[in-house]
Amino acid sequence: MSTATIEAGHRRRSDHPGRLGNALFGGSAWSFAILVLILLAGVMISLIIAALPAFRTFGIPFIWTSTWNPVKDVYGALSPLYGTLVSSAVAMVIGVPVSLGIAIFLTELCPTYLRRPISTAIELLAAVPSIIFGMWGLFVLAPLMQKYVEPALIATLGKIPLIGILFQGPPYGIGLFTAGVILSAMVLPYMVSIMRDVFETVPPQLRESAYGLGATTWEVIKTVIVPYSRVGVVGAFMLSLGRALGETMAVTFVVGNSYHIKASLLAPGSTIASSLANEFAEADGLQLASLLAEGFLLFVLTFSVIGAARFMLMRLSRKYG
Amino acid sequence: MTDATVDTERSRATRTVVQRRLRINRIVTSLSWTATGAGLFLLFWILTDLLLKGAGTLSINLFTMNTPPPGSAGGLLNAIIGSMLLTGVGIVIATPVGILAGTFLIEYGRGTKLAEIIRFVNDMLVSAPSIIVGLFVYQVIVAPAHHFSGWAGAVALAIIALPIIVRTTQDMLQLVPDGLREAAYALGAPKWRVIVVVSYRAAFQGILTGVLLAIARISGETAPLLFTALSNPGGSTDMNAPMATLPVVIYKFADTPYHDWQDLAWAGALLITFSVLILNIVARSFAPRTGK
Repeated sequence: MSTATIEAGHRRRSDHPGRLGNALFGGSAWSFAILVLILLAGVMISLIIAALPAFRTFGIPFIWTSTWNPVKDVYGALSPLYGTLVSSAVAMVIGVPVSLGIAIFLTELCPTYLRRPISTAIELLAAVPSIIFGMWGLFVLAPLMQKYVEPALIATLGKIPLIGILFQGPPYGIGLFTAGVILSAMVLPYMVSIMRDVFETVPPQLRESAYGLGATTWEVIKTVIVPYSRVGVVGAFMLSLGRALGETMAVTFVVGNSYHIKASLLAPGSTIASSLANEFAEADGLQLASLLAEGFLLFVLTFSVIGAARFMLMRLSRKYG
Repeated sequence: MTDATVDTERSRATRTVVQRRLRINRIVTSLSWTATGAGLFLLFWILTDLLLKGAGTLSINLFTMNTPPPGSAGGLLNAIIGSMLLTGVGIVIATPVGILAGTFLIEYGRGTKLAEIIRFVNDMLVSAPSIIVGLFVYQVIVAPAHHFSGWAGAVALAIIALPIIVRTTQDMLQLVPDGLREAAYALGAPKWRVIVVVSYRAAFQGILTGVLLAIARISGETAPLLFTALSNPGGSTDMNAPMATLPVVIYKFADTPYHDWQDLAWAGALLITFSVLILNIVARSFAPRTGK
């Protein structure tokens, strides 16, 4: 064999298949990565197209009309929109302090050997499917709310001027408030795990110098840890808010599915996700289009909140690696 | 005033300040303990309720009979099969796509603007509400075909699993030291061989964790299936027809006045929750310890 054929053989064996393999492999990796972008664009475009008939019929006032009347075929998104925002607000009011408490416990107070098991247990809460939360909420939590929690709220907070109006009327057990309570339990693990991670980015020197100056645990948290990880805490808050806004099954079970807007948090209501879950399978025509238009509003709402949250967390991770 | 009294005044003032600081600290730390206790108690409470209400209905019928009309005996066989089928097809679609997309982000596009954008969009999709995915698949597959189908359900589940797999693949490949890759290049291996033989092998356990977590996540999903696979009372395994799944059957059976349906819903809830939790724990055991 001459050296030329040996060289050619080498090239055939290593170069050529390598180049073909590289092209195939790299090409498919590239196209699947692009697919992720296409997915987002596809979701956006398909929802815009789906929402058009409803917006064409009712115009922009669709967003702030509170009628939802399948008999007269007149629809407006205000009531579900209101319910979505209010139940998520309740979830955040309850969820943020509790998550903060757990995150502080895990980073500052917990003995090292318990840190892993407790973190895992809290994270497992996130693995429980949302339909289980819904079912549990309906059969276990709602009766307790109706019997004990809501009467107590009506008797105490309901008597305070201004905010009292939020806690009046009969205790139904199901309603926006109960939905908010369930949501707070569901977003808890997400908030805790991000907050714990950002608390851990606080350099130990800062923490230890504060302790060294005689600061108490609370003072270290208040003056060192929280200010240092402010952006991360806000990011965790918004990411959880995005989850709460779009949560479907858990809310559908306990929200009451009423399209009347009541001042009281204890009254039944509906959220965008719950009205979609309830009515979608039987809807057609304008009702279906209106439901899809609600879906579009939900998309805009959740993706802007999640987008902002991810942006903050991304800048944070770039800063601290 | 003598020096001595000033001193005691001052030390008394200091003492009250210190006492106040310690008191606030005690209050806050005990609140923090309480919050943690409440979180753990909640998990324990839900699991106990599932056991109490679901375990009584657990019997062989559950796995051998289809979902019944109210008032007659039955099980969840068709729903269990449907869930496994849709989850299986969904994960088979999402795994190669997700792994390759994650590979692009680290092995090809690292540091480029495109990879940055894709990574950001993927992170958004990870936390996107699953109901939105259901609506999208309804628009793209169900509405043009004019019927609900198992395929549509599987695609919806695949879209939910995809960003999870992309994310873990990307995180795990990032941990693979460049030295390993360079050693393989130095031996003359082409890039795709380096990725398959070196990077994937090094990141295998982490990627496996991601896939298992994605399975756990989609096997409990309900909302997207309401708009895609819907449900089917018969034992259909036709991917072109509507298909019953465990979560959707739980949803339909729980909110009814029929006690036998409610019992089945609890049994289904018990099954699905414990499978998902066990899957999660198994997945975690594969995860590489990152020192946390």
